[in-house]
Parts: sequence; structure tokens; C-alpha cells
Amino acid sequence: MMEEVKEVTPTLSVHADNIKVTEVLKEGDTLTFIIVSQKLSGTGEYHVDRTYDDFEWLQQHLFSQEDVPGIQGVIFPPLPAKAQVNASAKVMKQLGFLGLEEWQPYCKALENFLQQIAAHSILCKNKALEIFLTSSDPPGRQRVRKNIFNRLSQAVVEMRKESHKDVDEFFQTERDHNLVLTGCTKTATERFLDVVLTEQKIAVACGHFSAALQLCVEQGEDPDKQAFSKACVKLSEVFNSMMKNMTSVAENNVNTLGVGLDLESRYQEAEKEMLFRRTCKLVELETARRNAEKAKPVKKAAMEEVKKAAETEFDHICGVAKQEIAQFHGLRVKMLQQALVQWCEKQLLTAKEKADQFDQHLQAFRGMA
Amino acid sequence: LLTDKSGPASLPAEDISANSNGPKQDSLFDDDPEDLFAEATEEVSLDSPEREVLLSDGPSPAITPITPPTSVITPKTCSDPFLLTLYSCFLKIEEEEGGDSFDMHISVSDPEKVGDGMNAYMAYKVTTKTSMSLFKTDEFSVKRRFSDFLGLHSKLASKYLHIGYIVPPAPEKSIVGMTKVKVGKEDQSSNEFVEKRRSALERYLMRTVKHPILLKDPDVLQFLESSELPRAVSTQALSSAGLLRMVNKAADAVNKMTIKMNESDAWFEEKQQHFENLDVQLRKLHASVESLVCHRKELSVNTAQFAKSAAMLGNSEDHTALSRALSQLAEVEEKIDQLHQDQANADFYLFSELLGDYVRLITAVKGVFDHRMKTWQKWQDSQLLLQKKREAEAKLQFTNKPDKLQQAKDEIKELEGKVQQGERDFEQISKTIRKEVSRFEKERVKDFKMIIIKYLESLVQTQQQLIKYWDAFLPEAKAIS
Repeated sequence: MMEEVKEVTPTLSVHADNIKVTEVLKEGDTLTFIIVSQKLSGTGEYHVDRTYDDFEWLQQHLFSQEDVPGIQGVIFPPLPAKAQVNASAKVMKQLGFLGLEEWQPYCKALENFLQQIAAHSILCKNKALEIFLTSSDPPGRQRVRKNIFNRLSQAVVEMRKESHKDVDEFFQTERDHNLVLTGCTKTATERFLDVVLTEQKIAVACGHFSAALQLCVEQGEDPDKQAFSKACVKLSEVFNSMMKNMTSVAENNVNTLGVGLDLESRYQEAEKEMLFRRTCKLVELETARRNAEKAKPVKKAAMEEVKKAAETEFDHICGVAKQEIAQFHGLRVKMLQQALVQWCEKQLLTAKEKADQFDQHLQAFRGMA
Repeated sequence: LLTDKSGPASLPAEDISANSNGPKQDSLFDDDPEDLFAEATEEVSLDSPEREVLLSDGPSPAITPITPPTSVITPKTCSDPFLLTLYSCFLKIEEEEGGDSFDMHISVSDPEKVGDGMNAYMAYKVTTKTSMSLFKTDEFSVKRRFSDFLGLHSKLASKYLHIGYIVPPAPEKSIVGMTKVKVGKEDQSSNEFVEKRRSALERYLMRTVKHPILLKDPDVLQFLESSELPRAVSTQALSSAGLLRMVNKAADAVNKMTIKMNESDAWFEEKQQHFENLDVQLRKLHASVESLVCHRKELSVNTAQFAKSAAMLGNSEDHTALSRALSQLAEVEEKIDQLHQDQANADFYLFSELLGDYVRLITAVKGVFDHRMKTWQKWQDSQLLLQKKREAEAKLQFTNKPDKLQQAKDEIKELEGKVQQGERDFEQISKTIRKEVSRFEKERVKDFKMIIIKYLESLVQTQQQLIKYWDAFLPEAKAIS
């Protein structure tokens, strides 16, 4: 049940940077997320439970803000694909890093989604966000009417517009650059995922070897048998260490650079969508101009109206888009830096821990004589 | 003179009770390193061919089948001054067998393709470094090809396997691998193949010379020292696949035996079971390691791919510091890829090959156990035949056929000799196997321990390198902004 939108300028009543997705609950086939946010006034907290459908509801509301000028120039924070319990291979492939580590990266991605919306000067004003974060009832699962932002509904013929030549050098450059970066980032993300999946396989193989060594322990008082058994037990411990090491390395990869690349990849796609919308508007504008020019006197005034409206809208979009692009450039550098630094620090820590452990194993083994 | 050339010395039979088929377990075969002559309970007859062996200085000539100089003299029972002087010879041999003064290192290196097309082969340089007096100089090398190694193994196997010595199996043949090399394919897989073979040949030689008996074999010495070696033919004979077929045939023969061996010697029963179990476990471990090596290689490929894509990302990036960091990332990943490859090699060459070697060695061990069964069977067959002949002779007593009777008596005499020989052979092989197994078990522990230490050292080193790489990258990552 949706609450009435009040006429007062809506403001968010919680801290934007403190929104957390703290838990994920599995109920049958559904995943339910617990979202905690801090009240701006006082020391209270909001705890709400939401499913993926609720997130989609929020996103649809943000997309359909037709009364906001230039809304199509906004780079919308990307919502991850839908996650499921017992997801199919296809779904897991689509989710990539977000499908690993017991949904922790997925929760982080949802968290980021909410934080970015709350921090966005235009989007944070939408009442839907307030309801999403604070209402104890789920915001409602009815589908909002289809909006122009749903690319899946766009006809194939519209796709040709993607390569439509731009009138503005700034935007042409940005479009070209975005095209290259989107491709590169997607490839890098996929390849890094391959690395992580292989690391997980190695961890499993080390575990198997460790277990197989335990089976080689022989009973008896024969000194050779005892010596061999001792060696097998020790080696089993070493491979157990190796298994844990590989698991840590893979985890570190996922939680830092993995999700970082994933986010960058999805954000690049979001920018691509925005630039495409603007290009579509450009095509519309150029069409409107031609129509106005060619119009017979009877229709001319109407065509001029249409042309003027298109111009205004296009200008608004370009204005917003320029701002968004500048912000996005700053944001993504910050995000990637954070990811890279965290990744390096975690791997360094793990490497140091393991170096000590392996050294201990080595000394113990040498002492065994 | 002995008719059975490969038999050991004609030692007086030990007093064995009728229902056992081996010497009593507790009395004779403690492998106590302190007491060098613990096993020695029988005197050497002065007529035995062993005497010649004992009296000669250096290794015996190649044509004489070697009768291994096991310690057969007991200081307690011997008073003969001649025999006493032989102690010093044995003492020396035993010391060398003790292992502390084994000082020999063999390396197989410099693989070189000789010839062209399908007649081409790989020649390897075999270098021996040693301070042992057995050799004329302390460093020397020769050129050998794979079939030479197979030939050596074939000769050693034919001389020693059937009397109970665990002859290390030769490395595997590989038609596919070798064809690639012959055809001249200079790619990574054929280089890997050559390296794998080189390493296997080296391990094979080291195992062979570590065996105190095999080390002194003239064929081994000739292999290591002679600049020219007659080309070995029919090397199909005893590759490990061939050995396995032989063992299986022997096993079949054992199953077909009409009289089942009454294994009242618990030691042999226990050991056979032990080796069966060990075989199963080692094969499992081997399969496990192969899987690990496979995944590591995969990781190396994936890491290299990722490095490339990170480099492309860095090139496409506008922001200078981020671009630089991404390029550095690509470099770090390339270095890590190299570490993965090194680790995969360690996994492979240390563990996978070791386990593979031991699976093949255990086949040889099973082989000697089966030979013991065959020896027993031979003895039993002789006994049965003797009994039949005696029965026949008894019947002939009542007939008037003096020629036939005499013939029967002659045959009986011959058979009695055969039965005695059969019994001695059986004891000898049993004794040899006990010693061999003890040696094998000790070597096994040493080998595994050494490999494990090497492996741990490689792990530690990899981690240290990794730390260096991450340490170098961190400031680059922090510098982005």
C-alpha cells in the first residue's frame, strides 16, 4: 500500500552514508534483506526487511520521475541482477562476483545502490526512497507502469541510434570513451572471475590431498612405518594450510577488487544507458527540427511547439548529463582506488600470515629429522 | 658345479621344521645396524663359487652372473685364518652399504637432438661425481640415449629380480611425446616432455646406484663410465609396462598353482598386504596431485589472461594515476602468474613424479614377492617329483630290471640335489627380500621427507616473493586520486 505523496519538498530522514544491508535471510526460494539506517534527528535506527521486488519498485519509481527536468540525463546507480536461492548456472554467471561468498558481495552491492541514491542530489528527493528505507510495511509489490527507461522494450531499430553522430564534441568523446571502457572493464571482470573460480578449485584439490594423506597413516611399532606416518600427518597439515590460504586469497579477491570491478562495470553500463537516452533525444530533436522546417503552414505552429519542447528537454538533459559525467569520473576513480588499495592490503596481510605459517611448518619438519 | 647359474652360493640348509616354508621370523633377520653380522648364521663352504667373488679385488667380470656378497660369515663360529681375513673385505662392503659413506651424485643434462626425422633421438649427458674408490676418476661423463637406459634396466632385471632384489623400474616410454620431438616440434609441450624425461632418467640412475648391490654391477659401471655402449635391442622387454605384464602373468601362474603356498611366515603375509595397501593409497595420492597440478596450470593461464585485460584497461584509462596503477596491476599479475607456474612445477616434479615413481617401484616389489612364490613352487614341484621317483624305484625293486633300477637311482640322486637347491634358493630369496624390503622402507621415508622439505622451502619462497610484489604495488594503489 503506497502512502500519499505529500506536497512538502521531500527530504531524506536518514544519513545517506550509513545505510547498511546487514543480513540476508533465506526463506524457501526468496532472499530477504535487512536494511538498517540511522535517523538524522536523534539516535534512533530504522530496521526494515525488503525483497528484490522492493528494490525494483524503488528503481522503477526513480525512472518514472517525468516531472523532473533533465531526469534522463541522470546516471542511475545500477541495481544488480536478481539473486535467487539455488540459482541456475545462467543466473550465477550473470551475477558473477556477486553470486559468491554466501551473498555477502551481493548485500554490499545493494547497500552501495541505496547509498548512491541517497547521496544523489536529484534522486534523494524522491519519496519512494524514504518509504523504502523507513516504512515498516513493504512498499508494495505491484508493478509500476512501464517506463521509457526499460531498454528491453526498445525496438531493435532504436539500437541503431547508438552510433548516431553527436553535435557536441564533449559528448562524442565521452560516448567513444565509454564504449571502449565498458568493453575493457567487462572483459577484465570476467577474466578476474575465472581466476577466482580456479583458485577455489585449487583450494578444494588441496583439501582432497590433505584428506588422502590422512588415510596413509599406518599402524604399528615399526619405526619406518611410524616415521612415514608422521611425515604424512605433517604434510596433511601443510596442505590444509594451503587450502585455507587459497580460500583466503580467493575471498580477498572477491570482496575487494572483484566487487570493485563489478561495480565499475555496472556503472559504465549505467553511463552508457544515459548517453544512449540523450542520443535518442538528439535524434528526436533533429527529427522535430526537420519536421518544423518542412511543415506546411497549417501544421507549422504545432511543429514549432514540438520542436521547442524537444529543444528545452534536450538542453535540460545535456545540462544534467554534463554534471553527472563530471561527478561520475570523480566517483569511479575513488571507487577503483578504494578497491585496489583494499585488495592489496588484504592480500599483503594474508601473504604475510601464510609466510609465517609455512615457515613454522618447515622448521617443525626439519626438526622431525 | 651348480646347474642353476643364477642361484646363490650352496649354503648348508638350515634346520627348518616341516610345516614352515621359511626360516623362523624372530631369529635371523633383525636389521640391526650395529651388528653387521646379525644375519650371518651360516658358514661359507670353501668350495662355493662365492669364494672366488670374495677373493677378487674389484668388481667381477661381466660374464659371470653376480652372486651378491651378503654377509654370511659369523665371527663367532669362525676360526679359520683364511676366512678371518675375509672379514675386512666384508666390513668394507658393509660400511659402504651402510649409507653414510655413499658419496655419489649423478646428473642427466644437456638433452640434444641427434639425427633427423623418425630416426632422430635425444642424447643425454650423464655426469657422475663421486669420491668412491669404485671408480677411476671422481668426475666423468658419457652420452646416452633413452634406449640405453632401458637396456641397462633390462639387464639388471634379468639378473636380480628373480632372486629377490628390488630393481628400480626404468622410466616410461612415450610414443606421442617422442614423436613430437622427432618431428621437430619445438613448442612448450615437447620441451616439457624432454624435461620430464630428463628428470625421470636422473632419478632412475640415482635410485639404481643407491642400491649397494646394483652399484657394483659391471653393467651399471659400464653404463656410467664407458664412452661407447653397444646399442640395446629389444628394449620392449622390461619397461615398467612390461614389468607389470610380467607381474600379472606371475600372479596368474600363482593362482593356477595346484598346491597353495602355506604362508606360515607371517612377516611375508603382512608385508604383502602392506604393499597392496600402500599401492592403493599412493595411486589415490597421485591422482589427487595430478588434479592439483592441472588446476594450477589453469590458474596460470587465467592469471595471464587477466593481466592482459588489466593492461588494456590501463591503456584505455584517461585518469593518469589510475592508468598507471592499472598498468602496474597488470605487471604484478604477470609476476604472480610466473609464481603459479613455478608452484605448478614444484607440485609436479616433487610430488606427482615421486608418487608415480613409488607406484612403479611397488610394482617391482610385488614382482619379487611373486618370484619368491615361484621359487617355492619350483621347490615343491621338485619334491613331488622326487617322491614319485622314489615310489617308482620302490616298485622297480621287485622287478628284474637292473638297468632301469640304476637309472631310477641316478635320477633320484639328481632330484635330491635339485630339492636341496630349491630349498636353498627359497631361503636365499626370502632372506634377500627381507633385507631389500627393510632398505626400501627406509629409503621411502628418506625420499618423502626430503621432497616434503624441498616443497615447503618452495612454498616459503613463493610467499616471500608474493609479499614483495604486494609491498611494491601498495604505494601505487594509494597514489591514485
